[in-house]
Amino acid sequence: MTVVPQIAVNVFKESVRDKILYNLVVFAVLLIAASYLLGQLTAGQDIKIIKDLGLAAIATFGLLIAVFIGIGLVWKEVERKSIYSLLAKPIRRSEFVLGKYCGLALTLLVNVSVMTLAFYLVLAYMGWRELPAVRAGWPAPATDPAMLEAVVLIFVELLLVTGIALFFSTFSSPFLSASLTLGLWVIGHFNSDLRQFETVVNSPVAAWLARGLYYALPNFAAFDVKSQVVYGQPVAAQYIVLTVLYGATYLAFVLAAAVTIFSRRDFK
Amino acid sequence: MTPGGERSRSSALVSGAVIALLFAAVVGLQAARERVGTELAPSAATGHVLYVRSPPFVTRAALSYRSVAADVYWIRAIQHYGGTKLSKDPNKQYDLLFPLLDLTTSLDPHFNVAYRFGAIFLAEPAPAGPGRPDQAIALLQKGLQAQPERWEFAQDIGFVHYWWEHDYTKAAEWFRRAADMPHAPNWMSGLAAVTLAEGGNRGSSRRLWQQMLEDPGAADWIVSQARFRLAQLDTLDQIDALERIVMTYTQRNGAAPRTWEDVVHAGYLRGIPIDPERYPYRLDPARGRVELDPGSPLGPLPAADQPRPSIKLETGPSTPLGAGR
Repeated sequence: MTVVPQIAVNVFKESVRDKILYNLVVFAVLLIAASYLLGQLTAGQDIKIIKDLGLAAIATFGLLIAVFIGIGLVWKEVERKSIYSLLAKPIRRSEFVLGKYCGLALTLLVNVSVMTLAFYLVLAYMGWRELPAVRAGWPAPATDPAMLEAVVLIFVELLLVTGIALFFSTFSSPFLSASLTLGLWVIGHFNSDLRQFETVVNSPVAAWLARGLYYALPNFAAFDVKSQVVYGQPVAAQYIVLTVLYGATYLAFVLAAAVTIFSRRDFK
Repeated sequence: MTPGGERSRSSALVSGAVIALLFAAVVGLQAARERVGTELAPSAATGHVLYVRSPPFVTRAALSYRSVAADVYWIRAIQHYGGTKLSKDPNKQYDLLFPLLDLTTSLDPHFNVAYRFGAIFLAEPAPAGPGRPDQAIALLQKGLQAQPERWEFAQDIGFVHYWWEHDYTKAAEWFRRAADMPHAPNWMSGLAAVTLAEGGNRGSSRRLWQQMLEDPGAADWIVSQARFRLAQLDTLDQIDALERIVMTYTQRNGAAPRTWEDVVHAGYLRGIPIDPERYPYRLDPARGRVELDPGSPLGPLPAADQPRPSIKLETGPSTPLGAGR
């Protein structure tokens, strides 16, 4: 299985060559500009808003990378016809798919790590320039390490989104893959509504169908603990472990499906 | 340099010049638009438009960006309030303040400062606010539903009843509820008792604002609002003291003073009295009343049935009031 890391490193290098990491500059500029401007606009809520904005930006930039790079991972090789020369080498199709996935996961890891570092640096500066009396009134310290819990869950969510994007890209066009991935991501935030569908419909069949979808579709809302950590509210370790486990299992399911479909695909 | 290189260099220079020219044109046109601006521009009423007012819809549509959406609505609420307050429009409309705060707190039920902002500014009468204590109370009750342990919201409801509705029984009842909540400070039960016993005593009003002023976690705007209200209470005390002096002057001289100079020459004051913002008080000789200068930033003072001073004043050749311009 040494092939998988080699493909992964190549994907990462390609993303660097494609200037994907430029988003980090945008992120840093966004945060620094926002930290300067928000103090004038938010009536004393600048730290809270920078935390919200920073976490949302980490999630958004990651989502865009996961979807729009994820859908091209396999498709680009097929489109360029480089898939033929790749598969002619002693590379299993499963290794190819997993290598591609791990490469993008590595890109996301670097992205999220650097964005998190920049996020904490901006918050540390904002916390440092405030008076101790003002800091005492905050619900959580500016550089509260508990925010990393939200970052970890965002990263797991991004890994899952990447897996879904890759899954769709093994059998459909980039446009369709992006639409389906984003569609699933949106639906995944309405999961609790599916759970309570029986309270708004009379049909038992519809209620059962909704209940089935609730269990089958990815529950992306579960990965969102941003508002809790911003207010310094504790997130139970058990919740995080269970959610990470859920994400990892769903990811394994999606990757297994992607490998299966790709392995059976005929490129003639 | 080769002819090809020279050509490429001059082509780059031309491109750079064209880009710079186009950018300068954009900046120039924007400046021209600004100058012509108001006549040609479409209605500027868009600042007073809120397309989506349904909190459940916005909450769902925000997906995992609820906190950021709440921040956006919070900033809009601040801009709406500040912009309207500072506008020169004689008929100031704060009609979006409640919906914006309602959306903010629906998206983020822990946005405590939004509830407190509403408590203070929704109840404020025109022209400084919409004059809707009912909305202020509704917002705070929503906060209490989301966080039943927040004694500050119960205190703020009591405060709205006290300061804006002058309903001291209800105010005392809410202060009592706040006192019974976990982590409520010890002085809260005392405040409830004083409010019930003394009703609209100005001293208890002062105590309320003083406590807001001394709250270490209070936002800047709460502190400045508390300072402003305390200055207004000082002003009310000073006006009462001055009216007593005018009354004494009238009783001793058989006629009311026509100007402050009359009172100063008679030895009742050291100089023309000024308010805490250093504006001279106005004397109405016909009614023997003392009023705030219309230009003073302390106006309008709280309503006439606001608590009158509990202090006893000595009238004499000089008063504790400052001598002014």
